Amino acid sequence: MNIKSQKDFVSGLMFMGIGGFFAWGATAYSLGTGARMGPGYFPLMLGVMMVILGVFITFNSLVIERSGGDKIGKWAYRPLFFIIAANLIFGVCLGGLPSIKLPAMGMIFGIYVLSFVASMAAIGWKVKSTFILATGLAVISYVAFVKILNLQFPVWPAFITG
Amino acid sequence: MDLIANLSLGFGVAFTPINLLYCFIGCVLGTLIGVLPGIGPVATIAMLLPATYALPPVSALIMLAGIYYGAQYGGSTTAILVNLPGESSSVVTCIDGYQMARKGRAGPALAAAGMGSFFAGCVGTLILASFAAPLTELAFKFGPAEYFALMVLGLIGAVVLASGSLLKAIAMIVLGLLLGLIGTDVNSGVARFSFDIPELTDGIGFVVIAMGVFGYGEIISNLSKPDDDREVFTAKVTGLFPTKDDIKKMAPAVLRGTVLGSSLGILPGGGALLSAFAAYALEKKLGTKPGEIPFGQGNIRGVAAPESANNAGSQTSFIPLLTLGIPPNAVMALMVGAMTIHNIQPGPQVMTSNPQLFWGLIASMWIGNAMLIILNLPLIGIWIKLLTVPYRYLFPAIVLFCSIGVFSTNNNTFDVWMVGIFGVVGYLFVKLGCEPAPLLLGFILGPMMEENLRRALLLSRGDWSVFVTRPLSASLLAVGALLLVIVLLPSIKSKREEAFVED
Repeated sequence: MNIKSQKDFVSGLMFMGIGGFFAWGATAYSLGTGARMGPGYFPLMLGVMMVILGVFITFNSLVIERSGGDKIGKWAYRPLFFIIAANLIFGVCLGGLPSIKLPAMGMIFGIYVLSFVASMAAIGWKVKSTFILATGLAVISYVAFVKILNLQFPVWPAFITG
Repeated sequence: MDLIANLSLGFGVAFTPINLLYCFIGCVLGTLIGVLPGIGPVATIAMLLPATYALPPVSALIMLAGIYYGAQYGGSTTAILVNLPGESSSVVTCIDGYQMARKGRAGPALAAAGMGSFFAGCVGTLILASFAAPLTELAFKFGPAEYFALMVLGLIGAVVLASGSLLKAIAMIVLGLLLGLIGTDVNSGVARFSFDIPELTDGIGFVVIAMGVFGYGEIISNLSKPDDDREVFTAKVTGLFPTKDDIKKMAPAVLRGTVLGSSLGILPGGGALLSAFAAYALEKKLGTKPGEIPFGQGNIRGVAAPESANNAGSQTSFIPLLTLGIPPNAVMALMVGAMTIHNIQPGPQVMTSNPQLFWGLIASMWIGNAMLIILNLPLIGIWIKLLTVPYRYLFPAIVLFCSIGVFSTNNNTFDVWMVGIFGVVGYLFVKLGCEPAPLLLGFILGPMMEENLRRALLLSRGDWSVFVTRPLSASLLAVGALLLVIVLLPSIKSKREEAFVED
């Protein structure tokens, strides 16, 4: 048997998996009856529905002819890693990580780190232009979010402001 | 006249300096993200939601609405000058708009898009104002069974609109519904699927999902594509005004686009995108007169009709939201979120309990459209300059604003981890060809659907036939079934796939 659409084959499996997980999880809660639904009723119904949909999608991917096999293609690991990392590091800079005793570094520091990490996602990034960009973003964010919108977050590192 | 009294109340609210300011900010931001390819209204509204906490509810909603219809104006600029859709709803504008620009007629093309959008926006707002009251009356006749049926219809509408495979779109909706159920069940107090993580008992924030899937997922997939060679017709925009002949051709197209867009916008699942596609298809079907430039080679009607339609559609898609409390598309789903943040339960009662907000929002759309035509025609030069900014400077800024938005929602780091996870999931969806818009809609509707299903079956003592024996509910479900049948018909199915090919 040949896989005619790689994308659909994998998404079908994914839906089956997730649906199965939710349906199985729902059985842990009381189901109740139609007239008096318990917390497990609706999720179980949806989970089962999703498994069925997943089966159909996978089945179609094996049967219906597509041009070029509908390949998933290469994963863009580089942008995936750096974009997500930039977001996570920024969060750590703002909130700190008590579990490893890392103090909050504040927004301004975070913006510089985020700009550099995010820029690395693109091939051919340059230190100088990234630095200028980060400075510009830091100024804009300080004025817009801290001064005008008055959002509450640490702006400077905790060991400076005390 | 009630309508006039209501509108004057609305204008009284909208014409205060603070609301004018936020309307202006919304329109500028909307145009900005409309012009920039790679960022859409969903991600922007999600980003700005937390920042609106501090604002009065009316100002917040006025600004967020401005972003949505502003994006429809801005999207056409990029479509015409760069042959890239700045917004998904401008995809069809590229076809004839770019050809006009290549022939040195970028000015009239931009003017046709701008003037068409303005006319359509005004008509759309008027329809919104006059339909709101009677529809609200109808909404009060709705019981839980009707609401459930209406939501099913809305979700089916969203599926019909999705570009890829129908089955995958339905599965994405179900996934969204399930994600929406995570957290504490209101009836039993049981924390469902929370894995004993205290933050999850409140459910997953929709800002987190919207930002992760729409914001990060798209940035990552944009970065993985090689840079397109952009040919920007910046220097060639001279003489904005269309000739007499142009006006004669575009006026009926604008009218047709407006009518089509306004009616499709009201439909559940409708909105700007569907309207633009349908309007272009209609113009093509009507054909050209002898001596007229054929479609695809720079016919002004191919710009005027879809641009009017997408603006009319974006305006009238507020109708189901404001009268029934049911979001017809992903942007409106976010508006539900915005209203909830400000403690306003969307639904028919908004008009009576918050008339200032209701009519103020509607009146602001008129003002916003007037601002937009000034922003987009005489000031077009500024936006053209923006198009020359390379993506590598834009995306770190987008990442930053997303991160700040996420963090400021709850001021906790947990949301930042969650958005990271959904960013990966969003990229996975892009790779697998699963469209995320139905997921977001399902996510918002999940808890509402469960609640109404529960109530309907409680009232009928567990008898499922209640959905087909009540006439209103039965007819809503029948429309939904009809929609599904129509889409599944082989002849329409191939047409639909054809229409979305360039998406």
